[in-house]
Amino acid sequence: MTLTTFAFLVMAVVLVLSAWGVVVAKSPVRSALSLVVNFFVLAFLYFGMNYDLLGISQILVYTGLIMMLFLFCILLLNLGAPDTLFEPSLIKRSLAWFVGGVLVLAVSSQVIGPMATWSTSTPTAPEGFGQAASVGQSLFTGWVYGFEIASVLLLVGIVGSILVAKRRD
Amino acid sequence: MQTGLTPAPIDWVLLMPLLIVFGTGVVGMCIEMLRPRSNNNAIVATTLLGLAAAAAYLIGTWEYPTIHTFGELFLSDRVAKILQLLIIAITFTTVLYSEGYLRERRLPFGEYYPLLVWSATGAMIMATSTNLLIVFLGLEVLSISLYILAGLSNREQQSQEAALKYFLLGAFASAFLLYGISLLYGATGTTQMEDLRAIWNTPLDKPTVGLLYAGLTLILVGFAFKVALVPFHMWTPDVYQGAPTSVTGFMAAAAKVGAFAALVRFLDYATPMSDAWVPMLSALAILTMTVGNLVALVQKDVKRILAYSSIAHAGYVLVAVVAYGVLSREGSAAQPVSVVYYLIAYSFMTVGAFAVVSLATRGGRERTELNDLNGLWERAPLPAAMMIVFMASLAGIPLTAGFLGKLLIFRDALDAGLVVLAIALAVNSVISAYYYLRIVLATVVQKPALHAPRFANPNAGLVATCLVCGLAIFALFFAAQPVLRELEAPQEVFVHRGP
Repeated sequence: MTLTTFAFLVMAVVLVLSAWGVVVAKSPVRSALSLVVNFFVLAFLYFGMNYDLLGISQILVYTGLIMMLFLFCILLLNLGAPDTLFEPSLIKRSLAWFVGGVLVLAVSSQVIGPMATWSTSTPTAPEGFGQAASVGQSLFTGWVYGFEIASVLLLVGIVGSILVAKRRD
Repeated sequence: MQTGLTPAPIDWVLLMPLLIVFGTGVVGMCIEMLRPRSNNNAIVATTLLGLAAAAAYLIGTWEYPTIHTFGELFLSDRVAKILQLLIIAITFTTVLYSEGYLRERRLPFGEYYPLLVWSATGAMIMATSTNLLIVFLGLEVLSISLYILAGLSNREQQSQEAALKYFLLGAFASAFLLYGISLLYGATGTTQMEDLRAIWNTPLDKPTVGLLYAGLTLILVGFAFKVALVPFHMWTPDVYQGAPTSVTGFMAAAAKVGAFAALVRFLDYATPMSDAWVPMLSALAILTMTVGNLVALVQKDVKRILAYSSIAHAGYVLVAVVAYGVLSREGSAAQPVSVVYYLIAYSFMTVGAFAVVSLATRGGRERTELNDLNGLWERAPLPAAMMIVFMASLAGIPLTAGFLGKLLIFRDALDAGLVVLAIALAVNSVISAYYYLRIVLATVVQKPALHAPRFANPNAGLVATCLVCGLAIFALFFAAQPVLRELEAPQEVFVHRGP
């Protein structure tokens, strides 16, 4: 086992455990902190694959921005352990387990297969994939349209939040 | 490393209607910043002018060749042009009667119009895209505007509740859609629908086949939430009831048109996977029609009745979608004629019906119980008469567009060999006649109880909306041939690859 594989396995285990923690933790603050760990480790996985830009945006945008907002909301609203989130109906619970299980099986069967054959063939992304230069290239050439629609989306968000705040008085 | 950027070739002519509609919203926003207080007339006028300009431009460039442009992310073919025109028409008729209604509701927000127009932009983006990621962005532009508009009234808890419910379930649906898209991307490395079709067309024995099916299912669940198919419809009645009536009418029409446009295009490219999605969507269609109509029977609130009716109508359109899927797989249908025709008919009857319901608002309060409509016939005969037309069309009574639309779907379903779906459609149309009749009775026959009928004055805008929608319903029946010919016309798609 090479050092890279070892590092990957450690990070993968932490990633899965922290994701589990987000769902299982009773208190919202603990869930949120598990999510912070999850985002950080995911960013380091990206770094390990040389996706610098993706890793940095992961830390800046998700850990820095989104998680701060989550924590603010939780603390401001003073959310305790949500008793109402427990689903009493056995049918709904088993249905949820079934659907979740199918999804886990579908995704993991696709991922574990290729991973077993890693020793012979390592899947690689195209040269420069996820680097700042190539992301910038595609954002401003092929994907200008999507980029512009995203800016429309932001405009709608700004106007909407002004409207939500304005009508209070 | 390559330096210097060459942007994707852009065909401005095809893109222009979208840009005009979006720009109208921006101009409206600027006027809102400068306007004298509590007078929205300038914004309304600008919005109407902008929408008319976009429609005129679209019609003026109707014969312009269909080019796949903007990095192959944008495609405005015949069906997309018709749907764009429809979305503009929905927005135009909604704006016409909104001002009177909003004044009556004491909701004098100028931002209403830009948000409405941007929401329409989102629907137009969905109707013209061949890339799943762009469809998702369009859906978000459409939805986020609608979340805000649904909660426009801060004094009423109902409106706030509607906005929150819509926001949470809408975000949930978007998550499903995005999860599906990312699974497909993970399996194939593309979000472009043509490339997906090419990959699906190759024999499905590669290790990623599970991801393809999971992705497809999740995308369908996301769309099912957005167009309110049973069992993903729980939010619809509450949101339709709580949102301001003009927003409800727009939401019921434009959001469904946008989502169905994207769904049909996606399924068109997903024909190689049709063995998986035809049974799934058939089951959803039967459930949606039946549950929608049966629950509508026992409702007492007009907006809730219309909400369940819109669920049932989503089921009818889904039958058309499935029939088109089967027919195009067999190579006997090139265009989703019955889907588009029904969407056009449905939009006009829905916007019209909600416009008439908005008359029951008076002095800032909204009253939407069935008996709140009593006496409308004496107070405002023209809208009440038009209400009969809308209800007749929704029920599918001959001489209206709703009848011809159902007939086309019925014929397509039989041609495709979907006999069960055709029978379910016919039975459900009969059931639905009962509650549409109840609305007509409440409007025309029943006398108000003790208190005098209190209705808003039917202003010119509302009368215009009613007339436009009513005329469209008859015109679509009596002059159906040109519309259907336009829909069936074959066309060639060119790819814009730059100079």
